[in-house]
Amino acid sequence: MKKRSWYFTCGMGLTAFMLLYIVVGFFWTPCDPTALSSADKLAAPSAAHIFGCDHLGRDVFSRTLAGAGTTLVIALAVVAVGFVFGLIIGALCGYYGGVLDSVVMRLCDAITAFPSILLAMVVIAITGAGTYNVIAALGVLFIPSFARLTRGEFIKYRERDFVKAAKLAHVSDLRILFVHILPNTWPVLLSGLTIGFNNAVLSEASMSFLGIGVGPSEASLGRMLSEGQSVLLSAPWCTFFPALVIILLVLGVGLLGEAARERIG
Amino acid sequence: MIKTGIRRLLLLAVTLLLVTVLAFVAFSIIPGDPTDSILGMNATEEQIAVLRSQLGLDLPLWQRYWNWLSGFLTGDLGTSYNFDMPVATLLSSRIVPTLTLAGMSFVLILVISVPLGVLSARYAGGRLDKALTVLTHLNMSVPGFVMGIAVVYLFGLVLKWFRPGGYVSPEEGLGAYLRFMLFPSLAVALPKSAMTVKMLRSSILSELHADYVRTARAKGNPPGATLWRHVLRNAMLPVVTFLATIMAELLAGSIVVEQVFSIPGLGQMLVSSIGNRDYPVVQAIIVLVGFAVVVCNFLADSVYHLLDPRLKGR
Amino acid sequence: MSTRIKRALLLLAAFALLPVSLLSCAGDTEPSTGETASAVSGELSNGGSVTVGISQDLDSLDPHKTANAGTREVLFNIFEGLMKASPDGGVIPAVASDYEISEDGKVYTFTLREGVKFHDGSDVTLEDVLYSLERCAGSENDGVPLITAFSNVESITSDDQGRVVITLLEPSLEFLNSMTAQIIPAGSGSTQATNPVGTGPFRFVSYTPQSSLVVERFDDYWGEAAHLESVTFQIVSDTNTLVMGLNGGTLDMVIHMPNTMASSIDESFTVLTDTMKLVQALYINNAVEPFDDVRVRQAMYYAIDVEEIIDFVCDGAGVPTGTSMYPAFTKYFVPELAEVYQQDLDKAKELLAEAGYPDGFSMTITVPSNYPQHVDTGLVIAQQLSQVGITAEVVEVTWETWYSDVYRGREYETTVCGVAASDMTAREMLARYVSDNSKNFINFSNAEYDDVVARAIATMDMDEQVALYQQAQEILNTEAASLWIQDLCDLVVMRPELDGMTFYATYVLDMSTIYYQ
Repeated sequence: MKKRSWYFTCGMGLTAFMLLYIVVGFFWTPCDPTALSSADKLAAPSAAHIFGCDHLGRDVFSRTLAGAGTTLVIALAVVAVGFVFGLIIGALCGYYGGVLDSVVMRLCDAITAFPSILLAMVVIAITGAGTYNVIAALGVLFIPSFARLTRGEFIKYRERDFVKAAKLAHVSDLRILFVHILPNTWPVLLSGLTIGFNNAVLSEASMSFLGIGVGPSEASLGRMLSEGQSVLLSAPWCTFFPALVIILLVLGVGLLGEAARERIG
Repeated sequence: MIKTGIRRLLLLAVTLLLVTVLAFVAFSIIPGDPTDSILGMNATEEQIAVLRSQLGLDLPLWQRYWNWLSGFLTGDLGTSYNFDMPVATLLSSRIVPTLTLAGMSFVLILVISVPLGVLSARYAGGRLDKALTVLTHLNMSVPGFVMGIAVVYLFGLVLKWFRPGGYVSPEEGLGAYLRFMLFPSLAVALPKSAMTVKMLRSSILSELHADYVRTARAKGNPPGATLWRHVLRNAMLPVVTFLATIMAELLAGSIVVEQVFSIPGLGQMLVSSIGNRDYPVVQAIIVLVGFAVVVCNFLADSVYHLLDPRLKGR
Repeated sequence: MSTRIKRALLLLAAFALLPVSLLSCAGDTEPSTGETASAVSGELSNGGSVTVGISQDLDSLDPHKTANAGTREVLFNIFEGLMKASPDGGVIPAVASDYEISEDGKVYTFTLREGVKFHDGSDVTLEDVLYSLERCAGSENDGVPLITAFSNVESITSDDQGRVVITLLEPSLEFLNSMTAQIIPAGSGSTQATNPVGTGPFRFVSYTPQSSLVVERFDDYWGEAAHLESVTFQIVSDTNTLVMGLNGGTLDMVIHMPNTMASSIDESFTVLTDTMKLVQALYINNAVEPFDDVRVRQAMYYAIDVEEIIDFVCDGAGVPTGTSMYPAFTKYFVPELAEVYQQDLDKAKELLAEAGYPDGFSMTITVPSNYPQHVDTGLVIAQQLSQVGITAEVVEVTWETWYSDVYRGREYETTVCGVAASDMTAREMLARYVSDNSKNFINFSNAEYDDVVARAIATMDMDEQVALYQQAQEILNTEAASLWIQDLCDLVVMRPELDGMTFYATYVLDMSTIYYQ
């Protein structure tokens, strides 16, 4: 029982810290995260700016405080959209198979083969730029991989004895799907969720890079990463600290996932 | 068997058709025109009109699609608007680097992640497992370009095992080519292996809690080789799905790594062609990638049936 | 437990060492710089090869079809026109040895230079020249000129002395600049994109899209031959990779290096500072409220601090312009105009109050996302404008959206971008502000200005033309039609052994003067 507490303690501690970080950032930052200063341009970390300053002299620490929240909200929303739709689609396809499965999986193939940039550009062209539209664009992109993963799991379990027994006992399909099979798939789905969360955070960065993400006057970790890329060698702190915050966010969520997985197991 | 094969092929064709139609529609939705990048900011209305008619852009959407499709079906991929070269010539030299990168990365992913995943699950809860779990998460959340640049910096500038940006084409020597490609492959493989380790570990662990393992253990069977083989076999199922997705992604080209290592692959070409609205090139790449995705998923399904005989006949 | 960990660690170590063992037998990977010929006693050495890092792919190798300034500067090494650009911003005879312009400015006569050869070994004939010029005028493009300036051409013929005679529809002093239109072999139009053949100091060897363009010295060049044996233009889209390529020895030279990266380049490299030959400005849509009021535009100009912007985006190395002309056009440029609007917040507030906006207003600055320096400039301007109560929101859009909505559609309030002179004439920089000009995305409209520019274009007196163009710039400045900021800085980085870089007033990268010391 000791090991469960390790993941839980670490995950909870880290996540609580990151949530605190975000909440603090919501109300207070040491400097104005959007205030430019030519004197502090690419200033290395110092007592005044513990994480240094970016290419426009903005305080990186303040920006990570302000940006972590934006990023967390986007990533969670994207994963939620992708996961909920992916889960339903994958579960139905995996369990029933047949024509439905073929058709839906070909559609998923089509989306996977479709360049993600182009898809994101289409969604943005229809809805216009903005945070919510970024979520919509990315969410759609995340559905196929979740659907595939869920489908695989449901295929695996649909032939197991306990499912057959349930069928013989005339348990309804819905109940079999979500009460009998679903709990068994959690460990794998949780891993998928963590990976998805991680990818969502990084995708937000690529969206900013294309100019269809979070606006330039806002702070988000993804945007900071994409801005930091062009000065990575001369001012690594512009990339390092946002990346660190992302890593801690993802690690916290990941460890909690582990803890949850163990509890289920 | 033949029937399944024909059905598969039909589905493949339908999928590809679907993707190309979607791409055509997508280009009509997003702003921008191929003539923008060809003629530049100083173009006159006249020049734009002439070029549009030369490229056939003044035709209605369905007709342009039909022209493209009939060309494609007769083996003519069209001409790139931007490079003024046949698409087939343009892409043929790029397929090799992309395939190499994808193939080498895939092998690296397997080599790195399978032992680590098994190890991590075998000693679940132990210190090694904890360390690996944390390491996996760290590795996973490193942005692609940071990983790429870190690899170039470490192996290229510090250790000087290769020349940064000094891409060696296969014509200049296969050995040198493969040696160079090892580094970008590493940059691609590291984050993906981390994800795979994670998938494998949780899959194995969930399998260890399955009824048959419990029964076996309850009967007093030690957790020996036979049991592990069963567990691994079953645990590989979701991992195979995952690997198929990864392989499909790899084949679509790893744009960031291609940029950092200056590899003339499909990823860079796709992104710039989308930017230039170079439809013929984008369509051809989409068909290639679509083909790869479908084939990968087909292979994954086949492996599934091999691994789990219970699924036979479905 | 501990043995398990040990085993695992061993396994890990084995994986970590895997690449080492693969490489240890792989042989020498040191960069080869062997061709570096060291200089002996001051004489310029010949030979050696150079790899130049460029960040943008070439848009077309067909010289008459390139729209991209980055391509034109590279193709300068392969192609020449009857005239070619000279470093001071003018043009000098190239394939032509001499020229005459009739007094009414309508007939241009060119004498061909003897002994000019194409890269394929054939001599340049009158037929080639006529073919090339007619192609520019649209002979292979349904009659629509490939080069816009050729729409002023009435006829292209030859006289009995074998000279080329070009007759214009409207008199023009500046048409001579358009005679940099590249000369190619007769009938080669359709193959230029894949196999460019010109008369320049370097000849085409190979091109791999998005990878590299290789050229080698053309030994039968009519003029002073290039020093370098061969030049490879390596297309590297990531700036970090450019730097690592330099530091790691793959690249010998990089043009257009972002100034933010300069600090991470090895100190031994030579860093030369130049400007980009364009005018970066906050372009204002003069037709929409409140920007249709000249006082509002002036107030905005007084509210911003150009020097601070230059410090932000160019580390102080950009050159303020104050008008729609960049300083490299020394003949027309009026440096005093850059001094007119010094930051003066009180004056700005006063003007705003006069115009009826004592508390300022809200506006948007639309910026193309692929140009970080324009995005950054937008952010700095937004911060500066906030000091006088103007709330400016910076909206980032893709280049395609910017091009269709802002530039062509003119649906915007303000935008930051750079405007260059594609045909190397001062006229190009100023005609944009004429009311009915199709490129007037600023929607500027001023009768006096239109008149001055029209007179400048029509005149045949060079001095008068210069004076009129300067007068036009003064009108623009007074009207604050746009908030002109700077000609952006541009860095060239090269190996310490390299020398001979010549900067031009226009978009030109002349590799023929580069040599190894």
